[in-house]
Parts: sequence; C-alpha cells; structure tokens
Amino acid sequence: MQWLRLLFFFLIVRPAVLFLLGLYVKREELLPKQGPAIVVANHNSHLDTLVLLSLFPLRLLPKVRPVAAADYFAGADTALGWIATNLIGIIPIRRNGSALASMRDDPLKPAAEALAQGSILVIYPEGTRGAPETLAKFKNGVAYLVERFPAVPVTSVYLCGLGKAWPKGARWPVPLLCEAFVEAPLRWCGDRAAFIAKLERRVTEMSKLGDFPGWDHEPSAAAEKRTLEQEK
Amino acid sequence: MSGWLLLSPRLAAAMGGIFGLLIVASAAIWGLKRAWPAKDFTELAQRTKSWWAMAAAFGAAVLTGPGLSFVFLAAVSFLALKEYLSIVPTRRADRGVLVLLYLAVPIQYAWVASGWYGMFIIFVPVYMLLFLPLPMLIVGETQGFLRAVGTLHWGLMVTVFSLSHAAYTLMLPAAPNAIGEWRDPHTGAALMIYLVVLTQLNDVAQYVWGKLFGRRKIIPAVSPNKTWEGFLGGVLTTTALSAALGPWLTPIDLGNAAILGALLAVAGFVGDVTVSALKRDLGLKDTSQFLPGHGGVLDRVDSLTYTAPLFLHYVRYVCY
Repeated sequence: MQWLRLLFFFLIVRPAVLFLLGLYVKREELLPKQGPAIVVANHNSHLDTLVLLSLFPLRLLPKVRPVAAADYFAGADTALGWIATNLIGIIPIRRNGSALASMRDDPLKPAAEALAQGSILVIYPEGTRGAPETLAKFKNGVAYLVERFPAVPVTSVYLCGLGKAWPKGARWPVPLLCEAFVEAPLRWCGDRAAFIAKLERRVTEMSKLGDFPGWDHEPSAAAEKRTLEQEK
Repeated sequence: MSGWLLLSPRLAAAMGGIFGLLIVASAAIWGLKRAWPAKDFTELAQRTKSWWAMAAAFGAAVLTGPGLSFVFLAAVSFLALKEYLSIVPTRRADRGVLVLLYLAVPIQYAWVASGWYGMFIIFVPVYMLLFLPLPMLIVGETQGFLRAVGTLHWGLMVTVFSLSHAAYTLMLPAAPNAIGEWRDPHTGAALMIYLVVLTQLNDVAQYVWGKLFGRRKIIPAVSPNKTWEGFLGGVLTTTALSAALGPWLTPIDLGNAAILGALLAVAGFVGDVTVSALKRDLGLKDTSQFLPGHGGVLDRVDSLTYTAPLFLHYVRYVCY
C-alpha cells in the first residue's frame, strides 16, 4: 500500500496544500532528514497532519508516521479508519493515560517499535485538536517515549492558520493560507516533567511568530452598551 | 477566436519583447553580481526569477486562446482573495460566507467568458452585496455584522470584480490597429497584454526612478519608500511607452494611448498605495510569500486591481 500513499500525497495532498491552502514554511532545513526522529506540533485541525507530512520529501514519506488516537481513527473497517491507516499511515495508540504505568499493557508500544525501526514520528502533545488557534496543555506521552530513546532528536513545528481553515466541529475546510515554523531539535534532558515543560515553552514561544489573526472577537457597540448598562 | 497558439505577428513580437526584457534583466543581474561580488543581490535575483515564472504562465495562458486565459486570471483572483481572507480578521460564524465568496470567483469569470457584459458588471457590486449577508442572518450572528460585511465585500470587489476586468478585455471585438496597417483577429489578447505589461512596467519604472532619484516622500504615512521622483518618472515612462506601443499593437490611437498611459500610471500608483494601507492596518509587510522577492499575489496585482477597470471602460467607450 506504500505506493498508494505516495501517489495520494504526490497527486492530491501536495497540490491541494500548495494551491488550495497555500503554505509558507520557515526554516524547513531544520526538519529531520533521517529517522529515528520525533516531530511535535500544535494541533488544531485535521489538516495539520496533511500539511506536516507534505513538509517532508517524498523519499522520506514512507518513514514519516503520525501517531493518532486508536479510538477516533478506529481500525480498518470504517472509511476514516481505512484512509488513516493506508493513506495517512498513522500509528494508532490508545489514549487512556492511566495505563501508562503498566508495562504489560503498554499503549506506547506501537510507537516505540516504529522508532526502533527508524521511523520519524509525528506527535501532537496536546492530545486533541481543541479550540481553534489556541494551545492546550501538553500531555506526557512524548516524554515517556523520549525517555526510552534518549538519542532521538525532538523537532518542534508550529502550525498557524489551519485552525481557521478547518476547525474542530466544522464539516468542511475553507481555503485559507497557513504557515509552518520549524525550530531546532530538543534533546532528552533526563527528567520527564522538565522535558515537557521545556517543549511546551518552546512551542508557546513559536506561537507568537504567526502572521494570521485569530477569530474576530471585537465587541460590537450594542454589546458594549449592554455591559455599561449592567454596570450601572 | 480560438486556436492552439495565437501567434499573429504582432502578438508574437509583443511576447518576444517581454521575454527579451527578462533576458536583459537577468543578464544585468549577472553583470552586477560579477562587478560587485560583495553586494547582496538576492532579492533582485529572486524578483527576476519570479518575473520569469509569471511571464511564462501569463504567456502560455494568453497564447493558447481565451479559455486558458480566463482560467489563469480566475486562479489569480482566487489566490488574491485567499490571501485577503487569510490576513483580515474574520468571525468563526462567517465560514459559510467565505464559501460563498470563493464560489463568486468561477461565477464572475463565467459571466466574463460568456460575454454577458451587463451581468459581469453588476454581479459583485449589486447581487453579492445584497446576498452576502444572508448566511450571517441564517446563523444569527449580529455581533460584528457591519465590520464583517464591509471587509468581506471590499475584498471581493478588489480581488475578483476589479481583476476580472482584465479578463474582459479579451472579449473586446476584433479591430484593425490604430495605424491601420493590419487587422488582428486577436485584438482582445493584444489589449490584455498591453494592459498587463504597461501596469507591471509602470510598477518597475516607479521603483527604479525612485531608487535612482527619489528624495521627496509622496505619502510617508502609508508608504514611506514612495517618492515624487519615482511617481513622476513612472508616469512619464509609462506615458511614453504607451504612446509608442498602443497604436502599433491595439486599436488605441496615439492621443488616447498617451492619455491611457498617464491614467494607468496614476491608477497603478493608487492601487499600490491602497494595498499598502491595508497591510499597514494589519501590521504586515507582505500579503504572503507566494512569489519569492515580491511577496504575495495581492502584492503583485495591487496596481492591476485599479488599472484594469479604468482601462476596460476607457477602451470600450472611447476607442470603439
């Protein structure tokens, strides 16, 4: 199925990302050029994965695997599951954090195996898409993974604009420009909490680089009048 | 009015002229790099490279017949509209309106291609204006209604309605050129090349005159790099070029070509400065990075959004 995935990206995803969306990448050269490696990014939209995967040359694409929730992209028996497995090439993991401690039933096992085989994993530490164009608190999974592979570089990418192009809850995407900012890789520092905090700080810093405004929330004259009256 | 390659001798010469200019520009940059190896010419080189790509795409579209030209200009409108909608603040409730705006692009260019002038000229200014707010009413979002209607319709007028005037020049009927030497079946293509080339060369001329002799700022609050010297040098250059090219390539006679040259130069300047004001308001330098060295598509066609309507109406009413 690998050739199908390559064709899908070459003929559909890349032209769509370039023409329908329009992508501007800053410091593309900092992306990993070989596996094993981890790329973490903020997550606001289903488009995030398509854009992130199009950042890599086709030659590397077979190695690049997004880590995704098994319960959402359930198996190969639904259309979404088939696309996620065969075209996007996800590594499904169960997202119940409580099971993390027990090694017998290790939810990160598929991701760890892929890393051991030299894959480039794409991970969203926020865990879910959340509110459009805002950063949620990072989860710890990525730290558990890096702890096991301390030599693996962790490159952060900040995506801007996609939460507006296709936010959670919207049925269809709308063409809007997006940007991707890449930052130099981070290495394992020996402590899970410190590592996650460092990663979160870095992505938060990067979120200030974006050029596009969020949703327009300016209060109208009527709303201002109402609050003034309430204050009286 | 179709055909795989519209290579009437005048069109071929005009296209040859465009690529000749690009060859001269590339050679000049090569020479500059050799003469001053320490100086940085990256932006100039990038700009020229992007010019090559734009000239190739435009040339291919025009010479393969009007069909592809409409597709090409519709794509330019789409890209400019997308840039505009990405950089202005929009409300989440207006996603449906954005879809309607994108749908307006193929519809507007369909009016152009069908030659239905009346519909082409009222569709965006009247019907899109009237029915654009409909999805907002259905969603029921009134907070920020006026701002949303205003910004969205202005963007549609500039990026789609104005630019589609450049496409409509292709629908102007065949006519002999003004010096009466020769009757070109592809008058529309000649008029569009004339409009686009003069508008773009005017941008370059104003830039070059400004770089060489610019001292007195013309509109510092909006565009600090624009000078009176650049503006007037551009107007003179474009007027002279228009007078020289117009009667030879198109049905526009010498007097009208000179007036049009000055008109295009002034309108192009106003369009450029208007988009600068928009970017200044939004705190941006460029509308995107689609064309290396130039910025976005909207940055490149800003002057064309003003020159295209003026040109079409002037030629339609005065030269036919």
